[in-house]
Amino acid sequence: MLDARERGANYLVRHHYFRWPEALPWLIAIACFFVFPNRMTFGGQVLIMIMFALSLDLILGYAGIVTLGHAAFFGVGAYTVALASLRLGWSEPISGIVVGGILAGLAGAVVGWFILRYRGLTLLMLTIAFAAMLQESGNLRSDITGGYDGLPGLMFDPLLGTFQYDLYGHTNYWYVLTVLAVIFYFVRRIVYSPFGQALTGIRENVRRMHAIGSPVHRRLVTVYAISAAIAGVAGALFTQTNAYVTLAVFDFDNSAKVLVMLILGGTGRLYGPFLGAAVYMILEDYFSKLSPTFWQLGIGLLLVLAVLFARRGLLGLAEDARGLLTGSERRSFASRRLVWKRDSWSALGSSAFDGAVIGFLAGFAVNLKEADLMTSYVTGMPARAIIFTLGGAAIGAGINAVALLITGRTAVEEPPS
Amino acid sequence: MTAAALQVEGLNRAFGALRVTRDVNLTLERGARRALIGPNGAGKTTLVNLITGVLKPHSGRVLLDGDDITGLSQADRARRGLARTFQINQLFRGLTVLENLCMTIGERDGHCNNLWRSAGSRRGVIDEALDHLDALRLTDDALKLVRELPYGRQRLVEIAIALAQKPRVLLLDEPAAGVPSSESHLILDVVAALDPDIAVLIIEHDMDVVFRFAKEITVLVQGAVFTQGTPNEIMNNEQVRAVYLGQESHRGDRHG
Repeated sequence: MLDARERGANYLVRHHYFRWPEALPWLIAIACFFVFPNRMTFGGQVLIMIMFALSLDLILGYAGIVTLGHAAFFGVGAYTVALASLRLGWSEPISGIVVGGILAGLAGAVVGWFILRYRGLTLLMLTIAFAAMLQESGNLRSDITGGYDGLPGLMFDPLLGTFQYDLYGHTNYWYVLTVLAVIFYFVRRIVYSPFGQALTGIRENVRRMHAIGSPVHRRLVTVYAISAAIAGVAGALFTQTNAYVTLAVFDFDNSAKVLVMLILGGTGRLYGPFLGAAVYMILEDYFSKLSPTFWQLGIGLLLVLAVLFARRGLLGLAEDARGLLTGSERRSFASRRLVWKRDSWSALGSSAFDGAVIGFLAGFAVNLKEADLMTSYVTGMPARAIIFTLGGAAIGAGINAVALLITGRTAVEEPPS
Repeated sequence: MTAAALQVEGLNRAFGALRVTRDVNLTLERGARRALIGPNGAGKTTLVNLITGVLKPHSGRVLLDGDDITGLSQADRARRGLARTFQINQLFRGLTVLENLCMTIGERDGHCNNLWRSAGSRRGVIDEALDHLDALRLTDDALKLVRELPYGRQRLVEIAIALAQKPRVLLLDEPAAGVPSSESHLILDVVAALDPDIAVLIIEHDMDVVFRFAKEITVLVQGAVFTQGTPNEIMNNEQVRAVYLGQESHRGDRHG
């Protein structure tokens, strides 16, 4: 048995060591190439969104900067390679993403210097404003940017002068995966460095950081610029992959989507972007094939479920499950006497109601082929509507009852602050 | 003559029409043990905030070792050796106690400018952090998250962080506030055993603590220095007693 001192030191010394599960996402990415050789164009898009979400994780998950305008930097990178290729004839891809990253990083440093004096809602509005300003400036000079019609038919040189971009996206997939691996290595180093520690400190308690002498503003601007640069690289890869770019890259939608992906996967854990972006994009792809009109309903339901049952994202859910199987939760389960309070009934009631709403909507989604409107669903197939609604209510209450029995906590209650 | 560790000259601050700090002068010599007392709302915490740079004064100066630091940011002042604890804990609640300390040392020594080397590779920092924890008998809690500790232990972490800054001047804002009296002696023992080279200003309501710890006392009333002196002088001062009993007539005397 080590003494407390030794244990403490060991914990910190080994904190950044490589753990074997960390190889998993990379092995899956490589395996995907051999299992789904026909879906590699889509695979490349997923990897790009993972990179974009990773850039957001660095500022949101670690430094606690909330932004709804990160598409601004994605767009700067995307337009850098597009304009360089079209106007300057600079079509070499690798130097293109480097320059795209640098320009986006510079934009991040300048903008960050101004807006990172603020926090919370003010900051959120300023990030939206900046992305909107960039988009609108691009629209004013649509002679250069191509406006919302975009710049089609961009040409890029073969990678390293040898590997042509192919129709199936095979070259592109390996290219993007390699860039993602390099960037991930950088991000991982930063996260486990003393600088990364300081970012966590700013997220946890900014007043304390000031009091221990941390140059908070400088730290935030630095990480914002790095994050912007990574978003820029992702944007540059996006343009190269599609050989096409429009002002839609600056859309609020794009900023919001990447935030949703990250939160869905789990923030501040490095691997949240992998899980979140992959799950989101695969479901989006699946739902849009199922129903080209109503596919967003499926995504919406997924988010409602995530908010109700996985507040800390899918990775947070996995951690809870592991804790339940191995950790303290299980030990306490054996000795727990369930205390059934009035709160428990109201929690079950509200989760049954949530479940009913979700069940009703899910029933609509499942029957979309036959009922293309909500009214035709309710009037045309009332039996199904009722079954789905009641089933949803039962599942909602059931999940919560199980959660109550195992942990003594309901799944919907607020986490202790 | 060497400069005082901390000198406050003619400090003024108002929130709207309310003058919370009026012409405050205060000196902490090297190794000073001064208590700052006064009724609720006297402006004690505001004064600490002005000294540490959380708030900017409307007039007056703050000198640290003879250097004017009035224009410096909070962080710059902290790096020059001015540390404080907060009346209400300000800790990194989601991190372990050990990480709280390592962070402080990392920022103090400038390691946190490094984006590349892993934090755990600096054994010196970890050992020093553990030394600070040892000194306050917190080693057994090193790997617990701060939010899992009882409030009294958290107060100790608050002090450990301030000490890990290696300050020359330390401002303690009610270090034992919110701690049950059965545990507060732990904290007060730590305060009593502080390095004699550090100049300490302590805000405290418990008069037993004040008289045990302080060599000098400053009484603050309605934002202004009412009087200062040794514990004996303050204890025997009729006007101070009157202020604490809330007799307005005596306060009128001072302004007259």
